[in-house]
Amino acid sequence: MTTATPTPSRRKRPGFTLRGLNVASLVWQVVVIAIAVAIVAWLWSNTVHNLSARRISTGFAFLGREAGMPIADTLLPYNPRDTYLWAFIVGIVNTLRVAVIGIVLATIFGTMVGISRLSANWLLSRLAAVYVEVLRDIPLLLQLLFWYVLMQGLPAARGAFNPVAGVFLSNRGLILPWVPIGMPQLWVIAAVVLGLIVFHVLRKGLIARQMLDGKPRRAWPWGLLLIVALPALVSWALRVSWTVTMPELRGFNFVGGLTLSPEYFALLIALVTYTSAFIAEIVRSGIQAVPKGQWDAAVGLGLRRSFVLRHIILPQALRVIVPPLTSQYLNLTKNSSLAVAIGYQDIVSIANTTLNQTGQAIEAIALIMLVFLTISLSISLLMNWYNARIALVER
Amino acid sequence: MTATTTDASALAPARAPRGGNRAFRWLRANLFSSITSSVVTLVLFAVLAKALVSFARWGIWDAVWRTPANDSSACRAARGLGACWAVIPEKYRFIFFGTYPFDQQWRPALAVLIFIALYYLTTRPSWWGRSLIYLWAGALTAIGVLMWGGVPGLPFVTQERWGGLPVTLILATFGLALGFPLGIFVALGRRSKLPAIRSLCVLYVELIRGVPLISLLFMASVMFPLFMPEGFNIDKLLRAQIAIILFAGAYLAEVVRGGLQAVPRGQAEAADALGLSYWEKNRLIILPQAIRHVIAPLVNTFIAFFKDTSLVLIIGIFDLLTTAKTAIIDPAWQQFSVEVYLFVAVIYFAFCFAMSRYSKYLEAQGRRTGR
Repeated sequence: MTTATPTPSRRKRPGFTLRGLNVASLVWQVVVIAIAVAIVAWLWSNTVHNLSARRISTGFAFLGREAGMPIADTLLPYNPRDTYLWAFIVGIVNTLRVAVIGIVLATIFGTMVGISRLSANWLLSRLAAVYVEVLRDIPLLLQLLFWYVLMQGLPAARGAFNPVAGVFLSNRGLILPWVPIGMPQLWVIAAVVLGLIVFHVLRKGLIARQMLDGKPRRAWPWGLLLIVALPALVSWALRVSWTVTMPELRGFNFVGGLTLSPEYFALLIALVTYTSAFIAEIVRSGIQAVPKGQWDAAVGLGLRRSFVLRHIILPQALRVIVPPLTSQYLNLTKNSSLAVAIGYQDIVSIANTTLNQTGQAIEAIALIMLVFLTISLSISLLMNWYNARIALVER
Repeated sequence: MTATTTDASALAPARAPRGGNRAFRWLRANLFSSITSSVVTLVLFAVLAKALVSFARWGIWDAVWRTPANDSSACRAARGLGACWAVIPEKYRFIFFGTYPFDQQWRPALAVLIFIALYYLTTRPSWWGRSLIYLWAGALTAIGVLMWGGVPGLPFVTQERWGGLPVTLILATFGLALGFPLGIFVALGRRSKLPAIRSLCVLYVELIRGVPLISLLFMASVMFPLFMPEGFNIDKLLRAQIAIILFAGAYLAEVVRGGLQAVPRGQAEAADALGLSYWEKNRLIILPQAIRHVIAPLVNTFIAFFKDTSLVLIIGIFDLLTTAKTAIIDPAWQQFSVEVYLFVAVIYFAFCFAMSRYSKYLEAQGRRTGR
């Protein structure tokens, strides 16, 4: 939070010490600090008095008590006899589940719409423009309620829409075919991740050697070996089964497959469509910010179009795109808190229930704020790091 | 889709003088320039036509436009086939004005008109200056008198009975009217040479921007009573309003700070050389230039706030979205929430679209004058 601490600028301004001793500025600061401290102290004493008058105990001891609230849609194992602390963790995971998937989908979808807006095809660019304009000018909460009502209006499980075999859309949510992930499957996934890391390092080494002698070296056979062959070998050695379970209708509900609850699905659609409209504008302006001469020059050098896009246009566009994109990611994460309006149990919703059950208002709200501050700070640190990596290196 | 026709007619005269050929050439250039483009056009056209036809069937041909008062049987019969627009005339008074006394509802209606006139005049550059402050003070006072009443001829109406569109406009307008000066002070504070003031401002801005508005609204509705001395309590609407002002202040401060950074150093140095005080320098030299730089992003922030006021639904304040949601609790009309949400969406869209057009116009004008 206080990343912009005043120490570095003090060194930059040699005249500061002289002016710092200026009586007027000293008085100003003392007055402002005194007012701030007085306000906080006043609020604090009121709060302490009120809490004792209402016999509400302070502190986080309640986290160890039994929560007793049902949570319908969880990724982690949970039952109402677990503690409040565990309920909060389940809530945080639920928030992250919608935020991470939402960020990925909104980025993909927003980029597609943003590029469509620049298309030479009049119909496509107009449609993209209408999409952006309509979604940006309607409150997200209204869109969320709208999607949720549409979800609830879907037919029951027996009459579910079945557009593709194994995919069902009903008022129970979206049900997809799914591969159950257990321990053996995780080993294979770990092998893929390991292969990706090794391949990345290897590719960097190959590029560095190309820089030295100018000879191009092929990286893709290594990629094939590390990312495809190695996990396949692990899978074969461990006899991992990759059977896809198809959901089936039994009685009034579905068995097997992956179920996205209507609340989760509505929230995801609302967040993705809303945020993608903003991302589309960011992508469009980023691409437009690259001067046309860059294309012409690259094509003039005889480079392939895909190469030009990847190595010349995108790196320059990304410099314009990344900072506003970061704030969109933060917005999406913060907006996921609207889940409370439709009853998807994210951290805000669970904290709100806790607040109503225990009366621990200050602690519950402090926890919400802490969680979001942590997520916000992590996203901005990550994106700042990325931004610094792609930033223009000037002489 | 008015823009489409203007685009076409704007392009056409410059192209070719002949009539039939012109349209053909336009189609060729913009829809069928290559094989891929032609395929995209045809696929999109097919999808769009299908969507529009089914929407028109649902929304126009098979829709129920009118029913006898408080009787939704015709709508129930058409359910699944056509829209039930009859829910709008049935419920529009409640959606617009909430539980405001029925015979007095001309007062919030007039207040809404004053708001719209106020917004319109604010966008006219001829009003920019000191007169704008008087205009706002006068308009907001008039709105307060209209809504509360309590003067001869206007019976008093408590805040608990306010609802609908006026509440949305009040939350947004007061949020901006008070959040903007707050934002300016915080932006100046963040660039101040005094470390204590600067850290306070950084803390405030980053803290507010790091958390969702909902958590601030929860704070206003649940924690605020704990913060205040015993027996002292203020209205829920006012508490939410304070949260929105604090929220708006932090975001607007960042926009204004962007503008301050765009003002060349020489301006401040010249003002110092003239012997102006800190406040004179900022009021007369720095801020007018800084704010002119960021008018377009300011308007975009205003749009975001206008939409964000709808979040007060979660703490149970009767703004436009809450009245819409409440209107369809009525069992007779419960199934027709899609229609009501579409209606409210159009209202929100109208306000936000007007602002976004205005922001585009300002940007274009700024580019023309080279600012």
